[in-house]
Order: sequence, then C-alpha cells, then structure tokens
Amino acid sequence: MKMNGARILLECLKREGVDTIFGYPGGTVINLYDELFSFKEIRHILPRHEQAGVHAADGYARATGKVGVAIATSGPGATNTITGIATAYMDSIPMVIITGQVPTALIGNDAFQEADIIGITRPCTKHNFLVKDVKDLATIMKKAFYIARTGRPGPVVVDLPKDVQVAQTEFKYPETVEIRGYKPTVEGHPKQIEKAVAMIMQAKKPVLYVGGGVILGNASAELVALAKRLAIPVTTTLMGLGSFPENDPLSLGLLGMHGTYYANMAVSNCDMLIAIGARFDDRVTGKIASFAPHAKIVHVDVDPTSIKKNVRVDLPIVGDVRDVLTKMLKIADEIGPDAEGCRQAVATWSAEIDEWKEKHPMSYKQTTSTIKPQYVIQRLRALSDPDAIVATDVGQHQMWTAQFFGFTAPRTLLSSGGLGTMGFGLPAAMGAQAGFPERQVMVICGDGGFQMNMQELATIVQNRLNVKIVILNNNFLGMVRQWQELFFDKRYSSTCMELPIDFIKLAEAFGATGLQATKVDEVDDVIKKGFSIKGPVLMEFKVAREEKVLPMVPAGASLTEMVLAS
Amino acid sequence: MKHTIAVLVENEFGVLSRVVGLFSGRGFNIDSLTVAPTNDEALSRITLVTRGDEQIIEQITKQLNKLIDVIKVIDFEAENAIEREMVLVKVAAEDQSRAEVLRIADIFRAKVIDVTPKSYTLEATGTPAKVGAMIELLRPLGLKELVSTGPVVIGRGAKGWKG
Repeated sequence: MKMNGARILLECLKREGVDTIFGYPGGTVINLYDELFSFKEIRHILPRHEQAGVHAADGYARATGKVGVAIATSGPGATNTITGIATAYMDSIPMVIITGQVPTALIGNDAFQEADIIGITRPCTKHNFLVKDVKDLATIMKKAFYIARTGRPGPVVVDLPKDVQVAQTEFKYPETVEIRGYKPTVEGHPKQIEKAVAMIMQAKKPVLYVGGGVILGNASAELVALAKRLAIPVTTTLMGLGSFPENDPLSLGLLGMHGTYYANMAVSNCDMLIAIGARFDDRVTGKIASFAPHAKIVHVDVDPTSIKKNVRVDLPIVGDVRDVLTKMLKIADEIGPDAEGCRQAVATWSAEIDEWKEKHPMSYKQTTSTIKPQYVIQRLRALSDPDAIVATDVGQHQMWTAQFFGFTAPRTLLSSGGLGTMGFGLPAAMGAQAGFPERQVMVICGDGGFQMNMQELATIVQNRLNVKIVILNNNFLGMVRQWQELFFDKRYSSTCMELPIDFIKLAEAFGATGLQATKVDEVDDVIKKGFSIKGPVLMEFKVAREEKVLPMVPAGASLTEMVLAS
Repeated sequence: MKHTIAVLVENEFGVLSRVVGLFSGRGFNIDSLTVAPTNDEALSRITLVTRGDEQIIEQITKQLNKLIDVIKVIDFEAENAIEREMVLVKVAAEDQSRAEVLRIADIFRAKVIDVTPKSYTLEATGTPAKVGAMIELLRPLGLKELVSTGPVVIGRGAKGWKG
C-alpha cells in the first residue's frame, strides 16, 4: 500500500511494539503530527520541553526495558534533546529519537529552524541516520530499533526531512535486518568462561562488582543464583542497584566515592574481582593505581571497548551478561562438590566482611526536630509499595537514595549515573509512570534539580500520571556545597538558593497537591498522606541544610581513604 | 609507537566524520589519513597513521570497530604489510643546486613533473622512510612546498582482507 513518509514512520513504530511516545510538535514535524492525529494505536504524551520529552522516553525505557521513543522538531527542538540523548548514551539506554529536518533541498542553507543534528549528535548517539529518500525510511527504522536495543544498548537518532514525510511510497516493513559492520557478540567464549570459573573457585576473597549491564541485560536472576551458589559477596555501582537484593546478607551495597565502608574495604582487599556489566568509572575506582590492588580481575561485558579501558584485566569475556552468567552457573553446578569447597574457603572472608559491616555500618546522626534527609529516604522505603519505582535527580539526594533506600529489584531505580544530569528525575518518573500506570512511581529530588524541569508538573497533571514528587529541600545546591565545605574552605560560591520558593503553591498552581514537612514527627504523616492521595502529589521536606553525604572518597584518592560519618 | 591502521567502511556520507570525530573526541592523534573507494564500490578504505602505547592502540581499534559503519579494522604489523606514500615536492633550484636536485631525484627514482628557472617539482613514491630520507636531503636546498598523500598499506600475500 502506498503511504506518505509520516504514516510509514508511525506504522514502523507500531510494528516495533511502541505504545507510548513523547514528543513536541513544530514546523518540520507538522506532517507527522497530522498523521498522528488519527493514529490511535500509539499514545502520544506532550511534555513542556523537548529535553524532558527525551528524559521521559528514557525513564520509560529504563523502567519497562523497551525502547523509548521521543519526537522533536528541527532546529531548537532538536538541540533541546541533546542533554537527554547524552544522558541515555552514557547509561546505555535503548532509545530512538526522531527529529524533524528542513526539506532536503534546503539542508545546509541555514534555513529557518535548521540545525545539523546529525553532526551535533554524532558523539552522543550509538548511531544516527538522515533519511534522504522515503524509500529508505522503513529499512532505516528497522535498523534504528535493532541498533538501539542490541549489543550495548544506546540512543539512535533518525533525522527526517519534511519533504520525506510528505513523499509517498509503497510500505513494506523488513522482516530482518543486516548490517555488515554491526555484529554484537552475544555468546561468551566457552573456554574463557571455563577459565573464569576455575579462577573464581580458587579465590579465597572473591567479590562480584556489578554494574548497570546486569539490569540492561535482564540478568539479575542469574547473578543472584551465581552469587548464592558460590557465596560471593556483591557490590553494585549506582547503575547496578536493584540487580542484587540489598537485604541479602551477601549484599555490600554501593561501592566507590559514596559507597559503603565495607564495600570499599572488600574491593580493596579482595583477591578476585568479578566485574559484570560495569565499566570501572572514575567514581567507582577512585585512584586507579590502588584500585583492587591484590585482585585478579575477570571482566564480563558486551562492549569490548569497556574492557581494559581504565583498568588492567586478567581475564576478559566479551558477551551478553545473561549468557555468560548462565554458563558460569552451569559450570559451577557441574563442579558440584568443589563448589561446596569454594563456599567453605570464603567463610573466613565473610567473617572479615562482617567485621567491617559491624565497625562502620551505614549511619547518620538522627535529631529530634530537624529532618535528616537520610531519614526521609528510609521512611519512603518503609511506607511505599515493595515494587515502587524510584527516579532520582542528581546530587546529594541521589546518593542518599542509593545509600539508604535499599533496592531489591531491577528497574526500580532510575538515575542518571554517567552524565549526572540535573533535571532528569521528574520527567524520568513521568515516563516510568506512563509505562506502568498502576505502579507506585516517585521521584526523589533536591530543590535545585527539581527547578530544572519543574514545568513538567503540567504534563504530569494533564496526563494523569500520578507521580509522587519528593523534594529534599535544603535551599542549597547541596553536593557542590559539600565540596565547597570540604575542599574550598566553606566558600559557598553560588550554591545557596537564596529565594525560598513556596512549592505547595507551585504544585497547586499546576493542579497537583502540595504537602510539606518541617519536623521529624511530620515525616510519616506527609508520606502516608502523599501516597494515599490519588493523583500527583508534591511532598516537600525541609531537611538539615548542611548535611553531608558520607562516606566519601575524595576525588582521585584511593577507596580506602574514606571520610566516614562520625 | 607509530601504527598504520586500515579501516574498511561503508562508502556513505558522514562516515569519515564519525572516524575523525572518534579520534578528536577521545584525544587520540592522527598523523596522516587517506581515504578512497575500494574494488567494491560500496566500500571505502581509510588508512590512518596514529601513535600511542599498546593500551591506546587497543582502545583505538576497539572504538573503530564499534562504529556501526566500520566493517573491518586491521592494525598492520610492518613485517606483514607493504606501505607506500607519494609526495610532490617543490624545491628551489638555481645555479649549481639545479644539478644537485636532479641527482637526488635520480637516486630516489623521483620524477620531475614541473620545471621553472627557479624550481623543480618532484614526484616520489616509496616507503615513508625512503620518502622521508629524500626530503631531508632536499631540505637544505630550499623546500618551497611539500604535499604528501600519507601512507597507504596493503597486506602481503594472504594477509589483509579476506573476501
């Protein structure tokens, strides 16, 4: 059947199983929006800013595991998506972003609302496409989704000139896709896997260091099984939180700059580090030279470039983490009795770790009146649904959430780890809620990050996305303030948010409910009330202004040089 | 360490900028770069010379392989490859130096492709070492202009591309 390019695009989305998209209309996508007007199979959500639209598609993708889709017009619409795309790129989130472009004949002419978005997004996408001929559109869309979701996932931009949306052609969606230069390695090398298991069996002090790859690769169950089978303690990165239940005795929680004392001590003293779907980021390793100094390192990752990028590796395995973990587990099972031996061998190691846990557990000083932010996080966990989804913004509240919430299931924490994008939380929560209308979704943010995308209150209310917004308000850009306190002699340059905002009135102005707690004994009431109200609720907690995120490894120091909570 | 890397890519717009952007974005160096279509018109071949320790070269080849439009990357080892570059060089040539320029050209089997009363322009091909040696001999005579293709490289015998 003959169709125009705009219709073909929508048909492609439908065939890829897309049910929700986030987009903002404009001159070069007006034809696409005209088709969308009568295309009822896809729910379109209109954000109030293109950046938020991309973050929402990102939050949707992180929560559901599906490919997130966002649309923006050419020029400023497209450039507004950049932060969202870069955020998704750093965290390997599968997304397809469709941008309008000026008609092909005008490209390069500095036309109205023209931007070279292919050039601009080249370094922050997994790949991008400019569609020059409507006949290529279906194949390009097939490739875009395939590239976005396979291998190490990532965002793909499809730039669609206005005349291509209007041009007509026969529509046929390709069944398969063939890209000569793109063949991601799925299956780990069997010999390498065997060797890895043998090495792990010999270790006396093993640690599993787990990143976002385990969540992206849907390999949590396999990870949990392997860790338990061999009694190996597990520490996760920020992106890996939720892949291993933090209420399990084997859990060491977060490692790195704001990791637990015991996770950092375990990594610094282990004789075998098994990295799964993690990339040895500087926030994780601290000073590279003294990272896991006594350990042999096994590194499993789907992306070969992640291996040996920052840290020497004794045994690399390129492959899908679920495939590799499944095979490791099978070998461990076959070895059987020896695996028991391995468990025995690590008994003294567990005792050592337990001592560290006892010596410096995660803690903060509770007060009787002022609300401590960590307390709010703990109460949110206690009073929310077990399968609640938590989005965070970036900063102190993000680290407190990572330290104190206690994640037990994958895809329940949505956080900008790699790029550290302030303003991410609220739209990401909005996207997750669109994916799971019945589940409890909250965003925990600071007063700074919330203000970066607070216009999305309108989208949330308009679309009945019942996001619960938690603001830990310290009237500071807290993380920068903390660095200024510790390393810049308390010179709080531009980190005090001097204007006190009435967040309750703000919520009400958008048609949401606003609640506030200023004292410790009000915290539970506000949370309970907030969760019981149907509809979007903003809960503001006035928290201790100069509370610090601890432990902290100063930038560039070794993991053992932690500043601990007194 | 200097490395000559051959990259087989889809012959499409924007591919070269992906390759070059990878180098600039990650702080890798490019000493020289050549690109042209191959016997398969759908493909282009890039030959680039870069430098770095083993770890950097490994990252470069991995990152190149990661690009969707890159089909194959070969980091050629000198003993398995033949490397050639071409230079065009304009040398000042007056009075007694005219004969000296021609002598050097003869030794290096360079061709004279342009003559004026004040200069010779030579064309020379060979390994980068040979061409470099010729340039160094011509330099004291007065180099007016130098243009080089940068090296291209091909595997010996069965080494190199399969199919």
